[in-house]
Amino acid sequence: MLDMSALELSAAIKAGKLSAAEAAGAYIDAIEKTGNRHNAFLAVAKDKALARAGEVQARIDGGEALSPLAGVPIALKDNISVCDMETTCASEMLRGYKPVYSATAVERLEAAGMVIVGKLNMDEFAMGGSSETGVFGPARNPWDVSRVAGGSSGGSAAAVAAGEIPLALGSDTGGSIRQPCSFCGVTGIKPTYGAVSRYGLIAYASSLDQIGPIGRDMDDCAALLSVISGPDDKDSTCVIENPFGFDRPVSERLDGVNVGLPRNYFDGGIDRDVKRAVLAAAEELAAAGAAVEEFEMPLTEYVVPAYYIIACAEASSNLSRYDGLKYGYRSADAKTLNDVYRLSRSEGFGLEVKRRIMLGSFVLSSGYYDAYYKKALKTRALMKAAYDGLFKRFDILLAPVAPTSAYTIGENIDDPVKMYMGDIYTVSVNLAGLPAAALPCGFDGRGLPVGLQLIGQAFSEEKLAGAARVYQRRTDWHTRKPAGSPPTGGKTV
Amino acid sequence: MTWETVIGLEVHAELSTKSKIFCGCSGEFGGEPNSRVCPVCAGFPGALPKLNRAVVEYAARVGLALGCTVAPRCKFDRKNYFYPDLPKAYQVSQLYLPICQGGRLEIEADGQKKSIGIREIHMEEDAGKLVHDADGTFMDFNRCGVPLIEIVTLPDFRSGGEVMAFLERLREILLYLGVCDCKMQEGSLRVDVNLSVCRPGEGLGVRTEMKNLNSFKAAGRAVEYERRRQIELLESGGAVVQETRRWDDDAGESFGMRSKENAQDYRYFPEPDLLPVELDEARLAGIRQSLPELAHQKRARYRRDYALSEAEAAVLTGHKRISDLFESVARLSGEPAEAARLITGEIMRLMNLTDTQPENLSVDAGKLSALVAFVSSGKINRGAYKETAEAVFLRGVDPETYIAEKGLLMLTDGGAVAEAVKAAVEDNPDAARDYLAGKDKAFGFLVGQAMKKLGGNGSPDMVREHLRKCLTNTPNR
Repeated sequence: MLDMSALELSAAIKAGKLSAAEAAGAYIDAIEKTGNRHNAFLAVAKDKALARAGEVQARIDGGEALSPLAGVPIALKDNISVCDMETTCASEMLRGYKPVYSATAVERLEAAGMVIVGKLNMDEFAMGGSSETGVFGPARNPWDVSRVAGGSSGGSAAAVAAGEIPLALGSDTGGSIRQPCSFCGVTGIKPTYGAVSRYGLIAYASSLDQIGPIGRDMDDCAALLSVISGPDDKDSTCVIENPFGFDRPVSERLDGVNVGLPRNYFDGGIDRDVKRAVLAAAEELAAAGAAVEEFEMPLTEYVVPAYYIIACAEASSNLSRYDGLKYGYRSADAKTLNDVYRLSRSEGFGLEVKRRIMLGSFVLSSGYYDAYYKKALKTRALMKAAYDGLFKRFDILLAPVAPTSAYTIGENIDDPVKMYMGDIYTVSVNLAGLPAAALPCGFDGRGLPVGLQLIGQAFSEEKLAGAARVYQRRTDWHTRKPAGSPPTGGKTV
Repeated sequence: MTWETVIGLEVHAELSTKSKIFCGCSGEFGGEPNSRVCPVCAGFPGALPKLNRAVVEYAARVGLALGCTVAPRCKFDRKNYFYPDLPKAYQVSQLYLPICQGGRLEIEADGQKKSIGIREIHMEEDAGKLVHDADGTFMDFNRCGVPLIEIVTLPDFRSGGEVMAFLERLREILLYLGVCDCKMQEGSLRVDVNLSVCRPGEGLGVRTEMKNLNSFKAAGRAVEYERRRQIELLESGGAVVQETRRWDDDAGESFGMRSKENAQDYRYFPEPDLLPVELDEARLAGIRQSLPELAHQKRARYRRDYALSEAEAAVLTGHKRISDLFESVARLSGEPAEAARLITGEIMRLMNLTDTQPENLSVDAGKLSALVAFVSSGKINRGAYKETAEAVFLRGVDPETYIAEKGLLMLTDGGAVAEAVKAAVEDNPDAARDYLAGKDKAFGFLVGQAMKKLGGNGSPDMVREHLRKCLTNTPNR
């Protein structure tokens, strides 16, 4: 059962071959069996999940149609609010915090008959690229537990890669879905900004954050994206008109599709094996009929600084509400109001979060706003315009996700600039609000997975998913599983 | 040497929309603490604002009434600061692209007409309240997210009189537009005064900002105090410090709160959770069309159509509740002149007597118009009219029932009047004699005596006529 894709699992439940409770129970057992050795799960809601699975089963038995994912267990990055379920953002600041409402995406999962099994590890407040900055310790890479799972949605990618859950939700602000997918050898989509409601997603950088699916293949991810996407009255930036359909028949070919390959992404700092795997994927797309053409990606030296200025500026404001007064952590030593603020925030936030709050406060402060924040906004506008130009020439851009495969835990944690430069291929997509998919496309010399990125025009997720499905029909990288993961079938390397 | 005072105002008006600016909670004043809050206005993690379009409409209405340009596209910004009454630790406001810019308001103060420039009007959310008691300080978030507009004037004022005249006119407009209830005591209208003094012809002086002005009178007093304080300071060789001061109206003085050195850096930046607000020409035209008649327009119409005096028109339009009442009574009774007399006379007198503010006025227009009908058709005399008006105002009685029960209808029965007059003359032979001897005062005394016998309800004209007849027929002894 654990070998089934999410879509197959739902079909089997609907066909009466197994029950939703059996599915939930099997995955909870799988998590327990591994002893959560990847530290992917921060919480498993066993009783709630089993009760919920029973309800879903009753609805299925009662003849309700529900969705193609009904009965499928799912787990969520711990920055997505679930009513009455602890939602910590992997921060001391929110330890014990139980939201009084559920995120819109969560309500949609529940309406679709999915069963929430637990919450997943991440970088604290989604700030980081390795899932090492959280207060509950690093998430570990199922391909090599001495290595990071990537971040910030590292728990989500690791849990899917380890076979502990068939589908997960992550969030992507500067690469936080795509990069851990690449590191863990799983599939994910960072949707167009405004395609999935952010209501209930605990904000890191509001103009960049998007919730998206992480799964074993594009079919499962597309099905999940069609469940969670769509307009929401509670989020005015969610401007999509209708949920995605993804119902076109999957073709085997990419004839007539123009694929752009950013030549300069393959110079300089990129790892040799990563380059090889992504270029091989370009050949595969060409073999499928796509016209692959190289181009020069502009502004590459500006996007990382622009991203960090904008993201940190917004974060400094978004995280001001954690003041020790209303919910979450309050310093026991605080005696005055100023103490409550200063001590609670000093003690409740980790180093990386404090670094970004300070950076963000600095670039917004009077005298520096024009020099930093305004220039970053200009860079962002130029980047958007550059992508608009590129999509006059290309249908899809093919790029690496990250310059390297997963590094070892602790390797980069004291070198924030090196860590930030790892976002070089992903952040411009968020600055421009575009959709991008991450797919496994090979392994490096150490046997660690490597991912590719397909970038599309705003709201072109259906086209993007189509190309990704063609690629996955023609390759089997997404079917590879790390040794020691609970599913017995499938190939191991 | 003389000093010139330069004053600008920032007026915050709470908009009386049904719900708050970014969520569906009620924005009404009061309520059990934290009973009107939701994840959005309480700033819970992950909650997002959703703009209430009525707020945009209300703000545009004010802008149009003040002759401002309403921006076809405006934006919200975040103003960041820590305070326990601000649960998100930022206020959503407008800095870079406010909804309205440039406007004017004509005032009259100290016998002079003057035009005050409006720099801008922006929309923002209110903060909550801190409640202090013996057990400590508590947060009440009911007011969080109540919509506000901030009206910023140019530094065009030169005296406290001008400030008060402006505030009166502004209040009048806000009330007529129906966008704000303007209750300063409840904080729905708040005024900050920026003031500096300088020598005529020289550059502007250092200004201070005064907060906590709880009434227009307090604003006038605070201006006077601050003007004097700054002049005395400068004349004694001191310097004015740029600072925020808190006015204490009971003490009649102000105290420094924070100086420029401690001024906060609000780190404004565009609010990423909200889209720019678009107001197209068609929608703006719709709002312009829906603007109600304003006070000065009403005054002109009352004088023209109802031939009311300037003084009457001014009293009737001083508050929208009063003009609404007048127009209802005039319409229902068909007697605008008499309706104006009733409201500017008896009703205003009773409001003063009972210390009733116009916004709390609850007297029924239908009952007043019935009263007007009684008096204009000559069915009751002035005394009965006054008495009935009082009963309607204070106890809400039905005038018809009241007049009937109290027997206030004017007696127009000739026989009864003749009898009363005859009795009055017979009871007071000396007065009758005095009258006949040429003492006119005695006539009035006899009228009074006859009225007394009629229970006060005699028609004064009829009594006089009968008395005259009776006395002429009395043999001269």
